[in-house]
Amino acid sequence: MIRPFITIIVFIAAWWAVTAFTSIPPFMLPAPGAVAQTLYQQAPYLAANAGVTLGEILLGLLVGTVLGGLAALGIAASATLQRWLWPILVLSQAIPVFALAPLLVLWLGFGIGSKVAMAVLVIFFPVTANFLDGLRRTESGWLDLAHTMNGSRLHILLNLRLPAALPAFASGLRVATAVAPIGAILGEWVGASSGLGYVMINANARIQTALMFAALVILAAMTITLYVAVDALLRRLLTWAPGG
Amino acid sequence: MPPGIELRGLDLRYAGAEIFSGLTLILPPAEFSVLLGPSGAGKTSLLRIIAGLEPPDAGTVTATDNAPLAGRVSYMAQQDLLLPWASALKNVCLGARLRGEPQNFARAQELLEQVGLPHRASARPAELSGGERQRVALARTLYEDRPVVLMDEPFSSLDAITRVRMQDLAAKFLAGRTVLLITHDPFEACRLGHSFTILSGSPARLAVPTRLPGIPPRAPDEDGILHLQGELLRQLAQS
Ligand SMILES: Nc1ncnc2c1ncn2[C@@H]1O[C@H](COP(=O)(O)OP(=O)(O)OP(=O)(O)O)[C@@H](O)[C@H]1O
Ligand SMILES: [Mg+2]
Repeated sequence: MIRPFITIIVFIAAWWAVTAFTSIPPFMLPAPGAVAQTLYQQAPYLAANAGVTLGEILLGLLVGTVLGGLAALGIAASATLQRWLWPILVLSQAIPVFALAPLLVLWLGFGIGSKVAMAVLVIFFPVTANFLDGLRRTESGWLDLAHTMNGSRLHILLNLRLPAALPAFASGLRVATAVAPIGAILGEWVGASSGLGYVMINANARIQTALMFAALVILAAMTITLYVAVDALLRRLLTWAPGG
Repeated sequence: MPPGIELRGLDLRYAGAEIFSGLTLILPPAEFSVLLGPSGAGKTSLLRIIAGLEPPDAGTVTATDNAPLAGRVSYMAQQDLLLPWASALKNVCLGARLRGEPQNFARAQELLEQVGLPHRASARPAELSGGERQRVALARTLYEDRPVVLMDEPFSSLDAITRVRMQDLAAKFLAGRTVLLITHDPFEACRLGHSFTILSGSPARLAVPTRLPGIPPRAPDEDGILHLQGELLRQLAQS
């Protein structure tokens, strides 16, 4: 529990040492103190924009998880869906999401829609792939048992394969939680009127490097907190699974 | 009266290798038939064929009453196959859930009481001992209430005392059903079987079944059980 704090303190100390003992100008690397001061002075502005980004991330996570979960269930339930949908999903991973960001902004506008869509795009595949993997790896002994019990395909899927795949689904959700902010920020960089990504782009253009770092610090803190919270929640829900 | 089971001319090959061929055997109705034999002989494969989990390469499995066997067989494996996320009670009702039927919790609770676990209904499998888990698996088998029960070394991972208790429970609650029990334990075979037969060789063949005197379950210290074990070991060694 104490180790992350030590890591952070060492990191900040090293950062401070670099700014104090080298001639790197502040507009390239501001000192930790300057960033902290900006965080304090610009708190309301940063908080409002962080709220926007957090909303995009949470909404993206929700929509992406639901869609990804349904896609995996559909593919697991139907051989036809598997033949049509799965190759498309795998192929879609060959297109960098970054390349789609401008298009999404063009289609969905500067508002929250295009950012949520970006977040959904980056998390859909990890959620679907992990969950589907879990759905396909049901222990064969259980399936044999289900077969001798005359279980129906649908009820075996819902009552046996689905719960058995929840730990795999949870792995996908953890990955999704870690990458969803990337999608939202990317969307904001391409075109937005609020959000931490917008703050960063703006600050960068005006060489307000300390403000940019402040936004970055908030983003990192938000991502880590979100991940820890989701991880703890999943562990609580899946106490039966080895290793949470 | 449950049906007997007739195996006729069963062949099984895996990737060209002949596991067994021409197996013919009758499991008499309402009796415990015990199947023994060296590891790899094909006992589990035979049981899976009877359970309808795998097709044989040739031959037939029929019920002596000529009705189809599907839906009348339940299966207990060496692993208890309990679902780790479900309580003991819900594990007992699993069959109903998988068929989309309403679950009869009162009956499941009653079965848990019968196998000696009245207070463990809400426990998850991880909170149960190996013996308790096998009892839940037995209750799950009884919940299915099938006339034919196939058991593949169901008690092999238990300690001696727990194993004897489980044998008593199985003999008590499965009496009157047609049971095929695979075991490596001559003592278990002699306690529970009406008859035993040995599967051995390559490709494996079935010996003529040997009938055991008396009515199971035979007490562990019953006169003659040692003698029976000696006879069985001799047959196993010769096979
Ligand atoms: N799915 C499979 N594919 C290929 N070979 C298999 C398969 N299942 C079993 N075998 C082979 O068939 C043979 C019989 O296996 P089986 O599990 O029926 O033996 P067994 O008599 O039950 O052995 P044990 O006493 O160790 O449980 C073994 O040689 C095994 O390697
Ligand atoms: Mg076996």
